[in-house]
Amino acid sequence: MALLLTPAIALATESPAKVTAQQFVDLQQGNTVYPGFRRAHAKGMCVSGEFRSNGQLSAYSTATVFQRGVMPFTGRLSIAGNNPTAPDLKAPVRSLALSFAMSSTQQWRLAMNTPPVMAVADPHTFYQQIQAIQAGPAAIKQFFAEHPESKEFLTWAAQYEASGSFASETYNSINAFYLINPDGKRQAVRWAIQPTVAVAATDMQGANALQNEMASRVLAGNVVFDWVFTLADVTDDENNATKAWPDSRQNITAGQIVINSTSAQLEGGCHAINFDPLVLPTGIEATADPILRARSSAYAESYRRRATEQLTGAFKEPKND
Amino acid sequence: MTNTERFSLSMRLFHWGMAALILAMLTAGLLMVASLDGWQLTVLTVHKVFGVIAVLLVSARFINRLSQRIPALPDELTQWQKTAARLSHWLLYGLMFAMPVSGYLMQYFGARPIDVFGWFRLPAALNVDIHNYALFRELHSLLAIALIGIVMLHISAALHHHFIRKDKVLKSML
Repeated sequence: MALLLTPAIALATESPAKVTAQQFVDLQQGNTVYPGFRRAHAKGMCVSGEFRSNGQLSAYSTATVFQRGVMPFTGRLSIAGNNPTAPDLKAPVRSLALSFAMSSTQQWRLAMNTPPVMAVADPHTFYQQIQAIQAGPAAIKQFFAEHPESKEFLTWAAQYEASGSFASETYNSINAFYLINPDGKRQAVRWAIQPTVAVAATDMQGANALQNEMASRVLAGNVVFDWVFTLADVTDDENNATKAWPDSRQNITAGQIVINSTSAQLEGGCHAINFDPLVLPTGIEATADPILRARSSAYAESYRRRATEQLTGAFKEPKND
Repeated sequence: MTNTERFSLSMRLFHWGMAALILAMLTAGLLMVASLDGWQLTVLTVHKVFGVIAVLLVSARFINRLSQRIPALPDELTQWQKTAARLSHWLLYGLMFAMPVSGYLMQYFGARPIDVFGWFRLPAALNVDIHNYALFRELHSLLAIALIGIVMLHISAALHHHFIRKDKVLKSML
């Protein structure tokens, strides 16, 4: 009996082989490099608009963005993958990134995805997950079987149905952050940018189906989301991105995210931005979540590559097929 | 140039203090750009703050250097060796300035304000300038490699003077 259990215990306790930021980005970019483009979530469109803050979170954080008022942003809607011309509807994950440039000393960048949790809790295991995804269905099935921490992610994936618009998705912070109030007290939070419209995925066609849909939707009127924060309890682990917090936790709607214009990513202001979620204003701090910490260094490596490609002229606009 | 045998106490303190700072900064820089681990953010934050301290220190050191007498180079050195010695020291000063300045400018053009222990923040551009970011990001790396090279040359020369030539060059800084 003990002998039978040994391999399972070894799997559960063995720490994964360590990878560097360079190895991680090498794996993400794959064999085909698209110079000048992001190594992950390469395909996207720029959006801009404003955050209409209702002031509800100002008691929890000193960040000026949460005071009652209006704060403009530059944002980006994107799909997972390394290919800047990939078909919109084939990607398993959709994303919204925002950049608030409040002042010369206060900036906030946010990068959010459709899944609310990660399948794994650290970057080195995440590397193995991407390897398994690239290796095919059998490998990924085996990977999930060997990683019971992926349970909540798989439960979400099983019930998730991609909608017919970027406007009708929920975008999650996934990782937790601390809000710091005027007294210096910190509160762990996660957030979700929730849609106010429901759009079914019917009759959609073409590689740019989602981008085209969003562009015409915004032309017709503002696209609005509710920005909902979830406050952790003392029993919640803010450093584990594989675990959702119970539904009973307090939610606070901080206001609305209003998108009022879109543009192609090479024409808008979003292409130059590294949406590193660790660019934080005073009043918001990073948790020790290993995935969150790793995102910053992986994004930095991806950004360095594409920024240097733009500088040296290696950047080429790919034909959209 | 002068007849002092040893560098002044203030110059020795600046030298060894900054030697420790430079080695720590270069080591941190090389490790943190490769790491995905949780300490990376902490080291990066401290690296930026120490960069601010470094530019203040090197400014004070430079003023101190100009205002003080220094030991003459050994007479046995040939003219080109003396020129190389002086040139390498001015290069070291140049790099000690250029490292923090290029580091700050890459953050500036990346629109990433630098937080100094929560006391204050150094300003950054409101909007990202990706070309200038790339320029100073690559410059920061190239200058770091140049600094590593010239520091190694500096250490080798000091050891060469001490163990091969058996002169007082190394002792003048102890």
